[in-house]
Amino acid sequence: MTTKDVKSVTGITVRLAGDSGDGMQLLGTQLTNTSALAGNDVATFPDFPAEIRAPRGTRAGVSGFQVQFAKEEIFTPGDTLDALVVMNPAALVTNIGDLRKGGILIANDDGFTDKDFKLAKVDANPLEATVINDSYRLFRVNMTELTRKAVSEHGLSPKVADRCKNFFAMGLVYWLFGRSLDPTLRFIEAKFGKKPEVASANEAALRAGWAYGETTEAFGESYQVEAAELEPGTYRNIMGNQALALGLVAASKLSNKELFYGTYPITPASDILHELTKHKNFGVRTFQAEDEIAAVCATIGAAFGGTMAVTASSGPGIALKAEAMGLGMMLELPMVVVNVQRGGPSTGLPTKTEQSDLLQSMFGRNGESPLPIIAPRSPADCFDMAIEAWRIAVECMVPVMLLSDGYIANGSEPWKLPEMAELPEIVVSHPEGADSDEPFLPYLRDENLSRPWAIPGTEGLMHRVGGLEKQHETGNVSYDPANHQFMVQTRANKVAKIAERIPEQDVVGETSGDLLVVSWGGTYGACLTAVRRCQEAGHRVSHAHIRYLNPLPRNIGDLLKSFDKVLVPELNMGQLRMLLRSEFLVDCIGFNKVQGKPFSVSELIEAIESHLPSAVPA
Amino acid sequence: MALPVLKAADFASDQDVRWCPGCGDYSILAQMKKVLPELGVPREKTVFISGIGCSSRFPYYMNTYGMHSIHGRAPTFATGLKATRPDLMVWVITGDGDALSIGGNHFIHVLRRNVDLNIVLFNNRIYGLTKGQYSPTTNEGQVTKSTPMGSIDHPLSPLSVALAAEATFVARSLDAHVKHLGMVLKRAAEHKGTSLVEVYQNCNVFNDGAMAYAQEKKQRADNVVELEHGKPLVFGKDNEKGIRLMGNHLQIVERSEVPDDDLLIHDEKDPNPSIQMMLARMRYPTMPEPIGVLRDVEGVATYNDQINDQVKLARETRGEGDLQKLISAGDTWVVK
Ligand SMILES: Cc1ncc(C[n+]2csc(CCOP(=O)(O)OP(=O)(O)O)c2C)c(N)n1
Ligand code: SF4
Repeated sequence: MTTKDVKSVTGITVRLAGDSGDGMQLLGTQLTNTSALAGNDVATFPDFPAEIRAPRGTRAGVSGFQVQFAKEEIFTPGDTLDALVVMNPAALVTNIGDLRKGGILIANDDGFTDKDFKLAKVDANPLEATVINDSYRLFRVNMTELTRKAVSEHGLSPKVADRCKNFFAMGLVYWLFGRSLDPTLRFIEAKFGKKPEVASANEAALRAGWAYGETTEAFGESYQVEAAELEPGTYRNIMGNQALALGLVAASKLSNKELFYGTYPITPASDILHELTKHKNFGVRTFQAEDEIAAVCATIGAAFGGTMAVTASSGPGIALKAEAMGLGMMLELPMVVVNVQRGGPSTGLPTKTEQSDLLQSMFGRNGESPLPIIAPRSPADCFDMAIEAWRIAVECMVPVMLLSDGYIANGSEPWKLPEMAELPEIVVSHPEGADSDEPFLPYLRDENLSRPWAIPGTEGLMHRVGGLEKQHETGNVSYDPANHQFMVQTRANKVAKIAERIPEQDVVGETSGDLLVVSWGGTYGACLTAVRRCQEAGHRVSHAHIRYLNPLPRNIGDLLKSFDKVLVPELNMGQLRMLLRSEFLVDCIGFNKVQGKPFSVSELIEAIESHLPSAVPA
Repeated sequence: MALPVLKAADFASDQDVRWCPGCGDYSILAQMKKVLPELGVPREKTVFISGIGCSSRFPYYMNTYGMHSIHGRAPTFATGLKATRPDLMVWVITGDGDALSIGGNHFIHVLRRNVDLNIVLFNNRIYGLTKGQYSPTTNEGQVTKSTPMGSIDHPLSPLSVALAAEATFVARSLDAHVKHLGMVLKRAAEHKGTSLVEVYQNCNVFNDGAMAYAQEKKQRADNVVELEHGKPLVFGKDNEKGIRLMGNHLQIVERSEVPDDDLLIHDEKDPNPSIQMMLARMRYPTMPEPIGVLRDVEGVATYNDQINDQVKLARETRGEGDLQKLISAGDTWVVK
């Protein structure tokens, strides 16, 4: 254990930044998991370039990972940084703006050579600049050299040896924040166990980093963040895409169905595929199709056959799936369509987050084509919402859109593990065979306006489905004008009726007041934190976070009308705001940002305060 | 209990067939209804999936399960269905525009994956449903509604594309040659893996007689070679002509002038598709066109078997998945 002073703090926000080849994402993930295991609440924000290997050392190639770990419940990865670790000048200049005054700046001095200055397009060594030295607690550490020394006995080539420097940085960071090395030692063993020399070199680098913090005079003290007071239970740290995949597997178990997942690789949705392929022993079949159209169509084929069917993509791929989704709606077959949104339009910002596919989900199909839409609010919530999507799909015999986003998908948080035995079953029924010659009515409807899910192989229920308008009940092709209007209306009613079976909108705070903040999707944490701070400051502000976007919760209109003002912060140009305004004729105010970045709590507080009756509370 | 013996009429749905009178589609429908009872697969285990086009209305007319899907994508729906329900017999009904224009990509991929299903491609060398535009199989120079000065596209041969994708079963037949068509459909159904049957289908409204050289009995003998496995390639009214391989080319010969031993013997089982590809490239008017089974290669693993085998293997080696264990995997901690 450390012999220096240990200062207790409530929370720390750290960002690790380096070249995209420096292993910053790995370092960040390890720090997150270790902090979660120490009982802290954690929230993360990985941020990486779209290019796989952007030119080394350039600003375009900077990869960052931000984590906040705290003793209190937190909902965001934090606004300003308490500590910043940079491996080169490019990482320094692109990130320093977020470090708070007096914050800790650790730089890998070996990464600050003339060549690196040129690559980063800086004139002189920024570490020499007085502003940097005056504003922050700067620690210059020769990480490359120290790492080389630490691993010298392990017989690695200089190139491989240098690659261990992220473990050195990790060791130092762990020392600084009183983290245990054990989880990462276990990780090294599991990951590099087959290459013992690499494993032991990484271990040596990690320990050397720790020892450096412990022995050098430079660091006067280290910091300790106590365990958070979370609800009792067993926890693990989980990323959004992983939680979504596990939620799908859980939904398949809860409905006693095997899972078919048809997809085509796209960032940031691909990790769902990577996760699901690991679980074939749960009856999971994954199909990497030739394109998104094939992916969604195969999914519809599987749904027709009676399987739990899921397809996923990001915006560009969802655009390709549009025609088939319309067919799925006409066929009235249950399936889940996941959209992990990213910055658009077109190929847009592939690795950055945005919430701009809401209107695409609502209206992005030809004809009158309503689909239910739900959106998880955080990484762990993806698990619950995946189950919820499938529940709605089978209850209503309809494809359900599940709108995640890049921020949720790659972010992580502690997840209280559910007891599987306590999760409600999803009841699926298929009509049984009949050996009578009575024609089967595939579009006969129940109280939910759902039709029966009769599947091929069932005797006596032979029927044909298709995209041509169908006659009520018989499902036969029909061009009858009145029937078309009736069927369009019926499909719309079916989706609208879902509002009867979803929870009412809940509110954090009073149900009336000066301002209601309405949010959806991944901005939950930042909006909630901002509203809470404003409440603590005495403002009459409340927060409603919508997880059911179509249909909307049945009480939402009244709720909007109970506040003097409604503010809708979104990472788009005002899509939910447009829906709320047109539906309820309430003059919602937008707060919109499309920079590929999540909201910071401080900018939200500022936005909220600017709309309050008096800027400063009494 | 003995299975009830079904007749062709049992496979007819209660829907009125609405193709133009005289359309070749009728004959294909009739042959399908005739062949299905011979296969011994129950109606409820039979599924027809189609794309969009005149031919793609087919599923509505069958008293089986069916799906009329979207343009060009029928093979993908069928793949998803067959991958999850290998117990079903799945037929894909498509047209030349459907399969080769908008669906060209899927056509290639379903064949290379070797999903165990049967594709029947109705080739009328025109877009019927959209009223007469040229298709990817329309002859160069042909005047159609969208090519008033003649088509400048080089036509595609579905058989060549299929062979290039290493399809395991490739055949061709004619709507008017009903016996032959029935035989080919049956063989396609019996093949394990993707089978492609191209059927020359007359669109008597927009492309009447486009394949008359092959369809009309009188002309057929001189313009068509009926392939039979293990038999030499002969044709003509009195089988007086044959085909031989000379170097890298196929050549028409008079049998009176060349010994039969020199003729090309058809080998549909040859895993190397090179010679089958040469057959697929025989094109009227310079060569007679082959009908029958060009290729029928068994023993290639199917996509549906493999995807299900992996699931089975995973269950055998790792045991049935335990969800509680799965979600608790990795590092966890307890908050008291
Ligand atoms: C996405 C889409 N694009 C275009 C069409 C219009 N369309 C319907 S059928 C067809 C061509 C059909 O030609 P073919 O496959 O040769 O079938 P046939 O009608 O000749 O049997 C086209 C272009 C459509 N229905 N959907
Ligand atoms: S347009 Fe041609 S292909 Fe279509 S039904 Fe009429 S004859 Fe048949």
